Parts: sequence; structure tokens; C-alpha cells
Amino acid sequence: MAKNTEQVSTIRRAKHGGLLTALFAVLSILWISPLFIVLLNSFKRKAFIFRYPFGLSSASITEGWDAFVAGAKQIFCGLLNYQNGIKQTNFWECFGNSLFITVASVAVIILCCSMCAWYIVRVNSKGTKIMYLLCLFSMIVPFQMVMFTLSKFANMLHLSTPLGIIVVYLGFGAGLSVFMFTGFVKSISLEIEEAAMIDGCSPVQTFFLVVFPILKPTTVTVAILQAMWVWNDYLLPNLVLSTNKYKTIPIAVQFLKQSHGQVDWGAMMAVLVLAILPIVIFYIACQKYIIEGVLAGAVKG
Amino acid sequence: MEKAIKKYFPLFALPTMIAFTIGFIVPFLYGIFLSFCKFTTVVDWKWVGIENYTKIFFVDGKLDTSFLHSIWYTALFTVVSVLVINVVSFIIAMALTKGIKGTNLFRTVFFLPNLIGGIVLSYVWLMIFNAVLQNFSKTIVSSQWSAFWGLVIVVCWQQIGYMMIIYIAGIQNIPGELIEAAKIDGANAWQLLKSVTLPMLMPTITICSFLTLTNGFKLFDQNLALTGGNPGKMSQLLALNIYDTMYGTTGWQGIGQAKAVIFFILVAIIAVAQNKLTTRKEVQG
Repeated sequence: MAKNTEQVSTIRRAKHGGLLTALFAVLSILWISPLFIVLLNSFKRKAFIFRYPFGLSSASITEGWDAFVAGAKQIFCGLLNYQNGIKQTNFWECFGNSLFITVASVAVIILCCSMCAWYIVRVNSKGTKIMYLLCLFSMIVPFQMVMFTLSKFANMLHLSTPLGIIVVYLGFGAGLSVFMFTGFVKSISLEIEEAAMIDGCSPVQTFFLVVFPILKPTTVTVAILQAMWVWNDYLLPNLVLSTNKYKTIPIAVQFLKQSHGQVDWGAMMAVLVLAILPIVIFYIACQKYIIEGVLAGAVKG
Repeated sequence: MEKAIKKYFPLFALPTMIAFTIGFIVPFLYGIFLSFCKFTTVVDWKWVGIENYTKIFFVDGKLDTSFLHSIWYTALFTVVSVLVINVVSFIIAMALTKGIKGTNLFRTVFFLPNLIGGIVLSYVWLMIFNAVLQNFSKTIVSSQWSAFWGLVIVVCWQQIGYMMIIYIAGIQNIPGELIEAAKIDGANAWQLLKSVTLPMLMPTITICSFLTLTNGFKLFDQNLALTGGNPGKMSQLLALNIYDTMYGTTGWQGIGQAKAVIFFILVAIIAVAQNKLTTRKEVQG
């Protein structure tokens, strides 16, 4: 049967394959063309971005090569926008904040939530059942519901720093993570853990030496889902962090729009490129895990 | 063994529970409480009963339509984006499961925008929209409808790749024998789609519809960055309307909180409906 399917698909490929490939090649280029337009415009003088948003030169190619090159020299300004953008947003500091908050929050979420999930599954009591139900419940509550009180409490508890916000992320991210980990822990057979315990492992050793390694597929999924959330999150850090001292990349981008009367679109383009580039690099490096991760997350969540 | 683990409660469960209490339980309960109060910070509250809830719709005896407007604007936006995203991503997924050359590359490209956050993504499109629209001496916030379609395009660009991945997985899970059998019975492409592929994909369609539905309902970043609610708050989706009420007008925090409670109830209804539908499907399957 499998052979048959293969045969059918090769016939199809012969019939429409080339055409479809060509169509999708064009579509793909169109699909990511916005990103290339931003990249292109990030090298243009800000006064020319909206005058020649899609062109390479202020002169048409029909006016001759020399005029075209002169026109290109007129509208492009090298790395000037990048210098401005980095200076106006204090970009590297924001990048550092984003990186620290994301890595630390995800690490803490994985560690604490996997332990908590194991506890919830292995200890069968009313308390753990309630904990589990609360986690489920928190997944359907939109952030707007808690944003005011959460940000005020975080300020009162002095959590308005990149270190403190980790606690907030653990708290607000616990629902989904605990839910996903418990789903997987339930499928692990008890015998493995019992054997470890009989061999003299304490619960702590059992968890870290036996259970945690088994959890790896879910760990990767949770890590990717939470990393995507935390890295791109705007509203929560904007409300919780003292934004005059600490900004993440999305906050910096939004401030660049708000803080100056006239938006410096040159600096904006450069900052957008700098904000997108790390994501693209990360995506190319861990593509397989990311796609599997979001797939598992979507189907379970 | 259970007893041995139980002793380790402070290590295993307590950190998460403390953070969960700070980050969710207390703000949630206190948020419900504050929706019945007049307040500017969390400590200077004064009980006012359901006044906040009536003020959402009636201010000084007059009907205030701004919240109602954002409800139907959000509903319309959600319906349109759910339809467009699901139809387009399904078509792309169908094409990309035919085994054409370059499938992996195309999949990678279509998924990419999903990883870029709403704020950054919206400024990419704001530049492009305004660059195109300036030829007609317009901007994206010239009317609530240009803002509407701008938001739809941005959200589609972001989510089509994601839904495509889920649809591809769903299509690949359909047993090949089933399609073979239908072909041997003489089904044409349309019959195959209508009677085999779509029914077999129902669980996937449910998942994707609800994901796009909740995403549309809760949309905030794109709304804030692309239109900022302009022109004149006419393109405010629910989440931005709540944010604007809470932080944009002093003395209105209570009303913002009351709106948030209503918002939560709406989202919860969708979630419960989803749960009912998916579990029923599982029983049938």
C-alpha cells in the first residue's frame, strides 16, 4: 500500500510538480518581501524612505547608468540609521535585558514547573488536584484581567527589575507549562522511579537523575513556546518593569515611536532589522525543534 | 513512595505555587474585587457596587457606545481573520503535502513571520502600508476600515504559517489507504476533498479555528502598534479598549477593570465551548 501511495505521488509530481514549485517559489519570495523591504530601507536616508520606499535609486534606470548610480548614492546612507537607532534606543542594553529575561525565565519555568508537575502527578491528594485545576483555569484568563493588579503588586514586592520579573513570568507562565509537563509525566511508568527509589535514590535524586531526562521532549516544547512568548512579550514587561531603567526590545521599539513627535523612520528600520535578525538566526539554527515544539503545543494547548 | 515525595513539597511544588499565587491567583481575585470599587492604586479602593459595570454602557445617563463598538469591531475582525487564515493555510497545506520540490524551504519561509513579535511585525507593515497608501494621500488610520483590513493582513501574515504547520500535520495523519480506496471507487478531486479529507481533518480544523478565534479576540500588540486605536478610537479592539480605559483616563480604572472582567467571561465562554467540542469529537473518533 505504501508503495502504491508513493507511485501515485510521483505521478502527481510529474504532472503538476514543476508548476507548483515555481508558483510557491514566487509566493515565498513575496511572503518574506516585507522583511527585505525593511532591510533595504534601513540603509536609506530617512527623508527618502517614504519617497522611494521600494526603489533602489531616486533616478530611473532608463535615465542611464550614471544617473542611476548617482541617485542611489543620494538616497542610501550606509550604516547611519543603525548608529542613530542603536543610540536612540540604547539597543544593546535592551537586547541584553531581553536575552537575560528570556533565558532566565525559561530556565526557571522549566525547572520549577517540571518539578511541580511531577509532584502533582505522583502525590495524589486534594491539594494537588486543586493545584492542577487552578493551572488549567489560569490558561483561559486573558492578561488584561490581571494586568492592573499584577503590575501594582509586582511594584509593591519590588519585582520591577529583570531579576524580579522572572517570578512574574514563572507565575503567569506556570499554567501552560505545568499542564504540559503533567500530561507527559502521567505517561511515564511508575516502575522506573520505584526501581530508582529501591536502589536508594532520594526523591530529589530520582527526579533529577531519572525523571527529568525522560521529560526532554516536553522540556524542548515548553522551552520553545515560553521563549517565543517571553521574547516577544510587550505589555507585561511594559507594565511590570520600571521602563525608564529597563527596556526589552519590543518596549524599545514602541518607545521609539512614541517618544519623538516625528517618527525617525530611518532609525526605526534599523532597529527593526536588529530586532528581527536574532530571531531569524535562532530559527535557522533550531528550525526542527521550533516547528515540532509549536505543533505539540498547539495540539495539547 | 508517595509519602517520601510528599515530604519534599517545599522543594518541588512550593516555588511554583508562590510565584503562581503572586503572578496569578491574587491579581485575579483582587481584580474581580476591584471591578466593584473606585480606585487609582490597589490600596485606595472604595466600594461602589456595580456602578463600574453600568458606567461601561451609560455615562451620566447617556448611552456610551465605545465599548459596544469595540465588541462588534472585534467580533467582525475575529470572524474575518478566522476565515481567511484557516482557508488560506489549508490551501497552502494541501499544496505542500503533494511532495513537490522545495516543500521544506517553503514551509520554513511561510512559518517565519510567526516568530516575530506583534510590535516589531506591525511596524514592518506600518511602513509598507503607509508607503503604498501615500500614493492615494491616505494612511492606514484614514478610516476604521483601512485600519481593519490592515490588521487583518498583519494577523494573517503572522498566523497563516503557524496554522499551515498544524494543517500539514493533520493531512499527513490521514491514512493513505483511505485516499487510495476512495480513488479506486472513482472519487474525483472534489469528492475526495469533501468526503474524505475534510471529515478526517475535523479535529485539526477545530483546533485551528479556536486558536485563531482566541488569538483574534485577545489581539493587542498589533492593534497598539499598527493603528493605536485611531482614527479616534474607532479601530480599538477589546483588549486595547480595556487598556485605554484603564491607563488613558484617570479615575476610570474601575471601569477598565469591570470591562476586563467582561472580557474574561467572553474568552472563558469560547474556551469552554472549545473544550466541549474537542472532547465530543474525541469520543466519536
